[in-house]
Amino acid sequence: MNTKPDAQALFDGGILRRAALDAVRKLDPRSLARNPVIFTTEVVAALVTFIWLRDLFASRADVGFSGQIAAWLWFTVLFATFAEAVAEGRGKAQAASLRRTRSDASAKRLLDPKNLGDLYEGVNALDLKVGDVVLVEAGDLIPSDGEIIAGVASVNEAAITGESAPVIREAGGDRSAVTGGTTVLSDWIKVRVTAAPGSTFIDRMIALVEGAQRQKTPNELALSILLSGMTLIFLIAVVTLWGLAGYSGTVVSVVVLVALLVTLIPTTIGGLLSAIGIAGMDRLIRFNVIATSGRSVEAAGDIDTLLLDKTGTITFGNRMATEFLPVPGVDERSLAEAALLASLSDETPEGRSIVALAKADHGLSEPDFGARAPVVIPFAAQTRISGVDIDKRAIRKGAVDAILRFANTAIEHAPAEFRQAVDQVARTGGTPLAVAENDRLLGVIHLKDVIKPNIRERFAALRAMGIKTVMVTGDNPVTAAAIASEAGVDDFLAEATPEDKLAYIRKEQKGGRLIAMCGDGTNDAPALAQADVGVAMQSGTQAAREAGNMVDLDSNPTKLIEIVEIGKQLLITRGSLTTFSIANDVAKYFAILPALFVATYPQLGALNVMRLASPQSAILSAVIFNALIIIALIPLALRGVAYRPVGANALLRRNLLVYGLGGLVLPFIGIKAIDLVIAALHLA
Amino acid sequence: MSLIGWVQICLTLALVLAAAMPLGAYMAKVFSGGQTFIAPVLRPLEHGFYRVAGVDPDKEQGWLAYALSVLAFSLVGFASLYAILRLQAYLPWNPQGFDGVAPDLAFNTAVSFVTNTNWQAYGGETTMSHFSQMAGLAVHNFLSAAAGLAMAMAVTRAFARSGSATLGNFWVDLTRATLYVLLPLSILVALAFVALGVPQTLDGSADATTLEGARQVIALGPIASQEAIKQLGTNGGGFLNANSTHPFENPNALSNALSIFSMLVVSTALPITFGRMVGARRQGFALLAAMALLLVAGVAIVYAAETSGNPLLSALGVDPSMGNMEGKEVRFGQAMTALFVAVTTGLSCGAVNAMHASLTPLGGLVPLMLIQLGEVLPGGVGSGLYGMIVFAVLAVFVAGLMVGRTPEFLGKKIEAREMKLAMLAVLILPLVILGFSSVAAMLPAALASLANAGPHGLTEILYAYSSAAGNNGSAFAGLSANTPWFNTTLGLSMALGRFAYVVPVLAIAGSIAAKTRAPVSAGTFPTDTPLFVGLLVGIILILGGLQFFPALALGPIVEHVLMLAGQTF
Repeated sequence: MNTKPDAQALFDGGILRRAALDAVRKLDPRSLARNPVIFTTEVVAALVTFIWLRDLFASRADVGFSGQIAAWLWFTVLFATFAEAVAEGRGKAQAASLRRTRSDASAKRLLDPKNLGDLYEGVNALDLKVGDVVLVEAGDLIPSDGEIIAGVASVNEAAITGESAPVIREAGGDRSAVTGGTTVLSDWIKVRVTAAPGSTFIDRMIALVEGAQRQKTPNELALSILLSGMTLIFLIAVVTLWGLAGYSGTVVSVVVLVALLVTLIPTTIGGLLSAIGIAGMDRLIRFNVIATSGRSVEAAGDIDTLLLDKTGTITFGNRMATEFLPVPGVDERSLAEAALLASLSDETPEGRSIVALAKADHGLSEPDFGARAPVVIPFAAQTRISGVDIDKRAIRKGAVDAILRFANTAIEHAPAEFRQAVDQVARTGGTPLAVAENDRLLGVIHLKDVIKPNIRERFAALRAMGIKTVMVTGDNPVTAAAIASEAGVDDFLAEATPEDKLAYIRKEQKGGRLIAMCGDGTNDAPALAQADVGVAMQSGTQAAREAGNMVDLDSNPTKLIEIVEIGKQLLITRGSLTTFSIANDVAKYFAILPALFVATYPQLGALNVMRLASPQSAILSAVIFNALIIIALIPLALRGVAYRPVGANALLRRNLLVYGLGGLVLPFIGIKAIDLVIAALHLA
Repeated sequence: MSLIGWVQICLTLALVLAAAMPLGAYMAKVFSGGQTFIAPVLRPLEHGFYRVAGVDPDKEQGWLAYALSVLAFSLVGFASLYAILRLQAYLPWNPQGFDGVAPDLAFNTAVSFVTNTNWQAYGGETTMSHFSQMAGLAVHNFLSAAAGLAMAMAVTRAFARSGSATLGNFWVDLTRATLYVLLPLSILVALAFVALGVPQTLDGSADATTLEGARQVIALGPIASQEAIKQLGTNGGGFLNANSTHPFENPNALSNALSIFSMLVVSTALPITFGRMVGARRQGFALLAAMALLLVAGVAIVYAAETSGNPLLSALGVDPSMGNMEGKEVRFGQAMTALFVAVTTGLSCGAVNAMHASLTPLGGLVPLMLIQLGEVLPGGVGSGLYGMIVFAVLAVFVAGLMVGRTPEFLGKKIEAREMKLAMLAVLILPLVILGFSSVAAMLPAALASLANAGPHGLTEILYAYSSAAGNNGSAFAGLSANTPWFNTTLGLSMALGRFAYVVPVLAIAGSIAAKTRAPVSAGTFPTDTPLFVGLLVGIILILGGLQFFPALALGPIVEHVLMLAGQTF
């Protein structure tokens, strides 16, 4: 699973070979019936083959023509099944590697699960039932999905996430879920099994990537209805043509009518539709996101509002020193120096960030105390102060009130500039720390939540796509507002509880909006379930993972944005190829119609705008173009049409130009080119 | 083509647009139950109807109840009209003493008027009594148009509402459409027709002795009032057999312009009503723009084809400067005839001021295509709007995905159920038109009705079934349609073209109304831009027209290339 996007070649030899075999296997009409357009093509291909055989035995003259048409009709069907097989092939390769990691090893089932006694029996992992408690010790494979009820262990989850750094799993809290197939590296845990054999996370992942349980997604279903309807309409047009042509004394051959039908029905999109869907899911999987339903991938494209946790998504999550604000009479450098000295013993991220800032901005280095060993006062949560005593100098930094107490001053007696600095930092959502030497206040350190680089641009891009971003944070409204405006989100939810999140989602949904969010805690579960796209972190609890309809194996909340883009790309690819396919029909008419009636009305040759060599070569060229275009578009269907985060209008204009106008023009060129080849080779 | 011709065309269309704006706003008020200037007079009358009929105007219907009301109403209308026609010999106002109408013709005519088609397999002045004309046909001229208007409003409400189980009340919509829209307009237009010289009398025919001493019967009757609703309700069934070519139906250039104006005005106003009611006025204009674009293109082709005339006649020494004048009235001229031809078929009106069979092949191709495109340019009263909405839904579905969202139109998601129903609806036209035409083209009994051989004959058949299924009602002429075969199959085509279409459309409305309306954002597929108008035009041509292309190639298209090659039919 450690395949990042584009790491795997679009087509590799092994997959192609297996896909070619699968393509033939998929010709089985029972499975093809799911795809009415291609099924119709297969039926008429069989019909033309029958006619060809009949003519062969009757030694008719134009048997070469009907034979070629039959062959290309079969190719049309084969190319369509091949497209699906290639799309599935990549999933199958991944499933195979997953299966290798699945454990069928033995498990240590506790004999007395109630009291968690240490006695166990060895059983096969496949015999475990929900509710059993197993002991997993260092080096053991975790036999099934479960919840830790006792112990703490470091676990290697590379089998699922591809990330080899071990993670800590412990009983209670949000880190208690373990996944079958992962390995305990140290210590031991007792795990209550929560999944029956065959329905564990890995089992479901295998099924998903294999596409075994694949069902048509809602939009795919609606689209296939449109395509079936169009097939029916053109079937009517072609069948009735028999009578209408008969009136004019033209006997149109069945082979030619079939050729007309197959070129008119939307075989291009019909043949590629399921490949597009599979490839979309596959793109998510290669992004290390598992969607438990295809519906959610489509919904991702429709998202109107993104609920993003502040910590980890918008900010790095740690407060960092960004500024030194000295009181008058103290220069900034001496304040920085004092802060550096006072923070050397502070191992918290905040303390380290002060040291880093002092070094970076003021070129200070670690002081050399020489022989005078300083007295270090380490940071403690109770005192909220750290510092150092060097000779008579007692330098401290810490929370403002604690430092005031240390300096024996009340806030009213502090210098006005000091008070102003404290206020200003607090007002902008930051945290002020004070620095003092003995009784003297030196100044203020500005700690703030640092926004991730480029996140503002990403939110602007989302806004251009019409997506509203909402920051969710436990901070107070003042801090939240400051960070929200700095990060450029559209709205924020301050002092948010899980209930607030749920209420917010319900309110937005009532207004007709679709919401995406991510979460990992058990208390996120209701909101994850309520959201249209709920992405649970793989590191989260079992409850969260059950509630969401996607799981992010990398546990990276920023991915929500990419998930939306992948959803959009899937829909765009589907729409572009549909438009292309339908626009193709115009040229095919101009190729086939004049050829169709040329015997009765040679004057209709005026419609032969492409000046195709002969009626037979015209029909053959159209059929060949129709088949080859499927193969030609497979890479696009699998890779997806490029998505740019611009407004819908710009996107539509571009895609309509490329796929609508392109779809109108390209077949004229393609059919003419094929006709030239056919004429040169004397095929018709 | 001449500049003055285009000035006439543009002036007429500009007047229509100018009148459609206030009319559209007025209808939006009428059908939302708002206060209108005419309400103080009509409100008591309206409520009187409800009391008599036992209708609770505040009780709304879901789509199924609405559709069943439409069907029941039409069935009763059909039965009563059939009875009137069969029994007219025993009914009053029959000064010419006509017999009852034959069963197959009565069936055909009753279906024809109930479906707003007004296909006429009979000659009015030689078949119908004044009672049949006024109490039978004219009544349905109002009611079938009002029913269309009502259904269009139901579909409009589906997009205007969010999470609604109902679409309105059919009986209320029907009453309001008649009382507030069609009746007042008809009175105005009828008076204008009278002023322009159209007869309005209950007398029978007048006898005259011609200069040669022959006796001539000049048909008279309540023509002006029939004429007004014939055009306003996009009915098109003329009082006289010659329809709007007859000097008593359409005496002069002004009455001709008024005819075109009144045909177009309601259907042109409806997209504006739609835009107002759904709270997106630009959307209404976008729909209207797509309609206008294709309609004006149709006018231009007819005008160009007719003025360039027939090369065969020019070769014989006929002055080509007038263009092809066969089957046209000199008093209307080429420009206003071209406009009439395209408008009457772009609408599902079907009145004619020229013989369509006498148009050049390309000139005749246009009305045929305009009908086959689904009668949405701008289509019949009401039916044009809901037909256009079906195309808009299809356009949104095909191309909407290209912006990276599942398709939505006016904030309503278009999903599998809507697609299933939309495909059911759009299947009807090709199935009926091509199916029946194909059978008729091979059936000796049907072929006996043709006046012309070759592709022109095929066009006559295609035109008849297109006109019937599209609920247009205009005739290509040349086809003797008053035979049991044609009366029956054309009657079926009309019924299927109307009812098999509207039931799925109302079902779409029902499911759309129930959906929550999503707010518009920068990511929403824009449906009110020129780009969308272009897309919509493309979808109408490809999904609405391509399936007829092979048939058209064998009819008017081949006739055109044969004409250029010197062969005629």
